[in-house]
Amino acid sequence: MDADREEAGAAGTEFTLDSSEELAGDPAERPGLGPWRLTWRRLRRDKVALAAGVVFLLLVGACLAAPLWADEIAGTTPEENHLSDKVLIDGRETEVVDLRGKPIGPTWSDHFFLGADSNGRDIMVRLLYGGRNSLMIGLAAAFGTIAAGLILGLLAGYYRGRADSVIRWLLDVIWAFPVVLLGVALGTVLALGGLELGPITIAGDSLAIPTLVIAIIYVPYLARPVRGQVLALREREFVEAARAQGMGSLRIVFREILPNVASTLVVFLPLLVANAILLEAGLSFLGAGVQPPNPSWGTMIAEGVERIVTAPHLTIVPGAMLVATVLSLNIFGEGVRDALDPRSKVRIEH
Amino acid sequence: MSERAPLLGVRDLAVSFTTEEGPVRAVDGVDLELRAGEVLAVVGESGSGKSVTAMTLMGLTRGPNAAISGAATFEGTELLAAGDAELRAIRGNRMAMIFQDPMSSLDPVYRVADQIVEQIRAHRDLGKEEARERAIELLDAVGIPDAAKRADSYPHEFSGGMRQRAMIAMALSLEPSLLIADEPTTALDVTVQAQIIELLRDLNRERDLSILLITHDIGVVAEIADRVAVMYAGRIVEYGTLDEIFYEPQHPYTWGLLGSLTRIDRPRPRRLPQIPGMPPSLLAPPQGCHFRPRCAHAFDRCLEVPGLAPRLADAPGHLDRCWLEPERKRELREADSSSALEQPR
Amino acid sequence: MSSGMARFAVRRLGQMVLVLFAVSVLVFLIFNVVPGGDPAVRMAGKIPTETQVEAIREEWGFDEPLYVQYATMMKNLFTGGTVSYFTGQDVTEEIWRGLPRTLSLAVGAALIWMAFAIGLGLFSALHAGRFSDRIVTVLALVGISMPVFWLGALMSYYLGNKAGIFPEGGYVEFSENPADWFWHLVMPWTALSVLFIGLYSRVLRSDIIETMGEDYVRTARAKGLSERRVLVKHVLRNSLIPIVTLWGLDFGAVIGGAAILTETVFGLQGVGEYAAEAIGQFDLPPIMAVTMFGAFFIVVFNTLVDIAYAALDPRIRLEGEVAR
Repeated sequence: MDADREEAGAAGTEFTLDSSEELAGDPAERPGLGPWRLTWRRLRRDKVALAAGVVFLLLVGACLAAPLWADEIAGTTPEENHLSDKVLIDGRETEVVDLRGKPIGPTWSDHFFLGADSNGRDIMVRLLYGGRNSLMIGLAAAFGTIAAGLILGLLAGYYRGRADSVIRWLLDVIWAFPVVLLGVALGTVLALGGLELGPITIAGDSLAIPTLVIAIIYVPYLARPVRGQVLALREREFVEAARAQGMGSLRIVFREILPNVASTLVVFLPLLVANAILLEAGLSFLGAGVQPPNPSWGTMIAEGVERIVTAPHLTIVPGAMLVATVLSLNIFGEGVRDALDPRSKVRIEH
Repeated sequence: MSERAPLLGVRDLAVSFTTEEGPVRAVDGVDLELRAGEVLAVVGESGSGKSVTAMTLMGLTRGPNAAISGAATFEGTELLAAGDAELRAIRGNRMAMIFQDPMSSLDPVYRVADQIVEQIRAHRDLGKEEARERAIELLDAVGIPDAAKRADSYPHEFSGGMRQRAMIAMALSLEPSLLIADEPTTALDVTVQAQIIELLRDLNRERDLSILLITHDIGVVAEIADRVAVMYAGRIVEYGTLDEIFYEPQHPYTWGLLGSLTRIDRPRPRRLPQIPGMPPSLLAPPQGCHFRPRCAHAFDRCLEVPGLAPRLADAPGHLDRCWLEPERKRELREADSSSALEQPR
Repeated sequence: MSSGMARFAVRRLGQMVLVLFAVSVLVFLIFNVVPGGDPAVRMAGKIPTETQVEAIREEWGFDEPLYVQYATMMKNLFTGGTVSYFTGQDVTEEIWRGLPRTLSLAVGAALIWMAFAIGLGLFSALHAGRFSDRIVTVLALVGISMPVFWLGALMSYYLGNKAGIFPEGGYVEFSENPADWFWHLVMPWTALSVLFIGLYSRVLRSDIIETMGEDYVRTARAKGLSERRVLVKHVLRNSLIPIVTLWGLDFGAVIGGAAILTETVFGLQGVGEYAAEAIGQFDLPPIMAVTMFGAFFIVVFNTLVDIAYAALDPRIRLEGEVAR
């Protein structure tokens, strides 16, 4: 209640030109609607963003259902070669991969729904399994980044001093590397030899490797803004008040600072996932990400590009899926950002 | 006080903004008159619409989301109907404005003198050197020490008070007849506040500069104002000379305002007096008098919007928006000693 | 240069040296110290032979203590002694050869994306909320959602191979034929720019919108300045500042990274493609060298950008970091 009053007051004495809401005073004077509820309300009104979010979830769902499709409909696995098999297309028996190496295009039927690749594998099946891999890696990496970035940013911003210097130095070093290069360096090295951390051994072709690599790379992108926010929040009165009440540091971090940082995280999450998916595709395309025979949209595009002249659908299909997924995520993320801070979107009504 | 020609006349000003939640009537009935050489203070709490009024006069609220109606005449020009180019020629030139927060009101990437020069050269055909000399003169005139050297500083190298002085210098660079000051001291320290007010007062006297002062601080009003307009929820609810407002306030809101002053010359109250309730939402303002929900003396007539009119036979210049009979007002005022200031004997 | 500026520059350069050192240490750690297998075996690539592994072990000193290894690595990389075990070519030479191609790609793309991003960002900021703005936003979102290698591959195929408008790929030296050099780079430039135009136009748009709401813009209007002057001298001048840093960062990133993907698809044989080929073969020395030099380049470039930033925004010179 008092916060609303103060905000109304602040809005009343400080005017900017473009936000008519500010000029009019704070319209959200209804008691009980915290900033999260307001955000949710605004998001609900953004049909486009919601639609995009639904599309993304559908794509994720489809990829998760990969085994279903593979077993029930296509009757094959992502690795199975059908080089010398024949399929019925328009009543004619056609070879999956003809003598010159050209695979069939989309059949739009149960088997080889989207066609075959040059090894005779069912593209649809690979697409879904590859999607599963790409999405899993993207999501896991993003969460890894958030976990590490959050902790590092909180520690550096709150405790300052030594911890801050060390963490900042670490972040700067990672930050100095171009994303793809670092990914390539780490990805290649780890793919070759795997990773041994004490008792834990991770094989070179495990999916955990690209996940780890991508997660590490994006840590500075999150940790720096979080640190900046924590630095600023730390000086605010409500933190001082909490300290005066005798709250221990850890509790202050969790109860006072973290909720305020949460909005930054909410904005970052979709962006991180989108970028992680794209980076994984790029690394896999180059050969430094997901290792064969595991499918991934990136490796599929790489295989497709090699034969683009004879079979362009091998390139188009995985790429289109990739774009659809990332685009829907970006649109949704944009909607979330607008819902959190409506001032970033200027409304005009005629 | 001799009556001089009105410099600025505002009638029935109303400004409404379209927002996500609906139209907000930030200003809903402002009548003002500012005479040449006079200091008119517009007093009100945050959100009362006083800044919007000032900015509308300068034409700074124009936009697709704003609906402006009414009339505002300045030096013969009808401001609200004027075209953009016409208004631009007046802005900064005949009529200037200074804002609340000097820290953010100056562009951080340009030197102070350059920003003054920019304003001068936008309206006058002066060479850079000449304009710069004028800028230094102005900075000196507003009390900035070592003006010639300081002129090349960046805004962040100035203290808060100096920045506000620089803003005032900039506003005066083309010798306007009217200076609108929107809460010029609110963001400053108390001691610096006093200096700035003194500066404004000197400028008013020495240069015959008319000032429209927007503020929520009654103390500041007492220091400098000739006339006072009290604003509440988008409307002017009382208007008169300084003496009239302080010693014989007519509107219950003004009583509340004066009553909420902390007084050294009185015994300490048990609680700081407050007007109960909160200002109304401008999205859905109350019917009739906007103060009605909070007014202890409201009656059935208050559901009808009171006009801003003179209601005292012997004070034709003292206007207010309250249906209560003047006699009743006097009774209520005398019953609560805090609602007005005592006339010095 | 004023003394404030000079002091800032010196301070920044000092920091740069420290970061360069840290970067070299990290590269060292990645390639020599990562726990997982024998580094010599890794260096030997996909198919290591006994003799090869032994030779590598000696050349890089894997048996020696860490700091000796580090010194050996630095010496190898920076005094041109590194040889790829797969191709047998000198790594540093190959990098030098590919550099002008990578630079042609990166600089051209950077200029293009900057110009378009400013144009689009300004346009959508001024038309904020209207239909045209929404379209630009959608286009920008599509741009940042598209993997550059996929876009490049499709462009190369459809516009190059099938339609024949542009050459499918390859690079022509500027000295040989400037027009041809240009024409060969149009598609790669476009593919690379699309992502960044999308990104930057949106950042600029929101920056401009935010700046337009700043108090000093209100003051500028109150001074009676023309709208155009307010826009250019006050709004743009302030909004471009963060863009310049971003641009600097990304230019370094392009040279260091995204260029790899574009060069590969268009066969430009620049540093990026060289690295990509090495990746395909798991040939470590070139990757190590490219990583090291790439990171070094970026750190140096970022420092220069920081210094330029301080020249633009006088507040930074005092504080060293602007609280924006």
